[in-house]
Amino acid sequence: MLSEKSLQRIEELKKRYPSQRPVVLEALWMWQEEHGWVSDEGMKVVGGLLGIPAHEVLGIVTFYTMYNRKPVGKHKIEVCTNVSCMLRNSERILKRIEDSLSIHVGETTPDNQFTLVEAECLGSCGTAPMMQIGDEYYENLDENKVDTILRELK
Amino acid sequence: MEKMLLPDIPDYHKIDVYESHGGYAMLRKALKMKPEEVTDEVKKSNLRGRGGACFPTGLKWTFMPKKNDKPRYLCVNGDESEPGTFKDRQIFEFNPHLMIEGTIIACYAMGIKTAYLYIRGEYNNWIKMVQKAVDDGYAKGYIGENILGSGFSTNLYLYRGAGAYICGEESALMNSLEGDRGYPRVKPPFPAQYGLWGCPTTINNVETISNVPLILKMGWEAYTKIGATKHHGPILIGVSGHVNTPGVFEMPTGVLLTDIIYKYAGGVPGERRIKAIIPGGSSTMIMRGETIEGVTMDADGLKAAGSSVGTGGLIVMDETTDLIKVITRITKFYYHESCGQCTPCREGTGWMFKILKRFENYEAREGDIELLLDVANNIEGNTICALGDAAAWPVQSMIKRFRDEFEKRIVKSSVSMSPALA
Ligand SMILES: Cc1cc2nc3c(=O)[nH]c(=O)nc-3n(C[C@H](O)[C@H](O)[C@H](O)COP(=O)(O)O)c2cc1C
Ligand code: SF4
Ligand code: FES
Repeated sequence: MLSEKSLQRIEELKKRYPSQRPVVLEALWMWQEEHGWVSDEGMKVVGGLLGIPAHEVLGIVTFYTMYNRKPVGKHKIEVCTNVSCMLRNSERILKRIEDSLSIHVGETTPDNQFTLVEAECLGSCGTAPMMQIGDEYYENLDENKVDTILRELK
Repeated sequence: MEKMLLPDIPDYHKIDVYESHGGYAMLRKALKMKPEEVTDEVKKSNLRGRGGACFPTGLKWTFMPKKNDKPRYLCVNGDESEPGTFKDRQIFEFNPHLMIEGTIIACYAMGIKTAYLYIRGEYNNWIKMVQKAVDDGYAKGYIGENILGSGFSTNLYLYRGAGAYICGEESALMNSLEGDRGYPRVKPPFPAQYGLWGCPTTINNVETISNVPLILKMGWEAYTKIGATKHHGPILIGVSGHVNTPGVFEMPTGVLLTDIIYKYAGGVPGERRIKAIIPGGSSTMIMRGETIEGVTMDADGLKAAGSSVGTGGLIVMDETTDLIKVITRITKFYYHESCGQCTPCREGTGWMFKILKRFENYEAREGDIELLLDVANNIEGNTICALGDAAAWPVQSMIKRFRDEFEKRIVKSSVSMSPALA
């Protein structure tokens, strides 16, 4: 289920649009925030609240890359490997994280603390290489910085 | 030039600081003008969109139907996902009120009562900053009912995306805002006729909208004196890649590319030679380093040089760069981001990526250059939205301007060569 606070917020958001459907992205965000990922149940609940058939909610969830369709680690690490970051050695950053956590891109550590993924450009090209963990941006990275960040999160 | 989009004033993002430097005075001024007069001012200023296409903003506003009982909408495009682009984020963080003031003025000019600001989902921290600014704007009566006692009312809502480059394309953005998958729509009909929920809609980039108060402040004539002759005003240029001091720089249009690289961005590390640049985000045509001399950062300057301003995201690559790796990575991006509606884009981007992978691995075959070009040419112009073109242009320009890089990697005999042997 969704928290009372989220349910209230959804009611408020409905007033912003001529139909209630546009609230779906925000409602899925709320679900993900509360549960960590968007399960079948989450899609059913959100669809039910907004009158959207379950298969359409699935279509929406799978279209947008930021919704997790599977549980992920407590910290989802997204390393940008697009062109500006690549030119400033994002590959080395990725490698360092893989080595340090003993996982590959796409995997989660056995203790469910970290999931590592590659990201497309995150709008931080001038402070490349960079990664995002949760909402936070970590910029101008080098291997030492990566070590410190991981140590602090562990 | 005095910085106006990102002025060096501490705490400018706070509403009281913004007000104490004359902020929201242009909204006051606009509300005393006739809406047509505001549009006319923007039209005469010749402001051109900063979202990628340099489209004249005032002209776009006049496409909104004059008489129409339907609600009308403004979408401010803050999806900012084109690789190499990181400028709108600076406005969110350091000058959100300029953007808000421009948005409300635009609403007034076009008789719009609801504006949505679409921001990419990854920018959640910046969404919170902008939300704070919007809340303060409401509290001070610059947004909402009966703005500053003028009788004009408009609401401004933030909308958070959820990870999809294509949602920056204006019609995909509208579908996403309607709570759907972000599929681009077939045009015509254009948004001014049939936009959000089938109603008249205008879409403008964050930086474009932020220019509007500046135009009202100095007047259109003074604005047209800034920068290049047919593409004026202050512009945010994001420089990334192989430069000493990358970042977003505000400058007039028409600055020499070499000045941007060497004066603004501190030059190339180790004084290395520039092998190539991409002037305006990953979809603009790549240029050889030796051809950038004398070329200026404005629509005409870059057009003459065979490229375009795009989003103003200048990517610099020095002589050590493996350009095949660059183009393969860029193509992978478009392949990943294709929404899949059109066959040439969905299939073509995948094919290009596969062929480019062969080049990257020194396994390309005879005829692969022609094949790659053929696929790119078949995508260009044959798709619903411009993502197809955006995927084709970098490949076409890379082959045209760096053919030797491709040729080096074609396996002539049946034995494949590693770089060490080549
Ligand atoms: C694939 C694709 C992605 C785009 N992404 C953005 C974007 O992130 N931000 C943006 O302002 N415009 C983007 N555009 C351009 C918009 O469609 C639209 O032209 C622009 O927002 C209009 O604003 P302007 O006239 O103020 O430049 C994109 C276009 C395409 C084809
Ligand atoms: S060109 Fe590509 S991204 Fe655009 S609508 Fe067609 S398939 Fe989708
Ligand atoms: S390319 Fe990595 S943030 Fe833009």
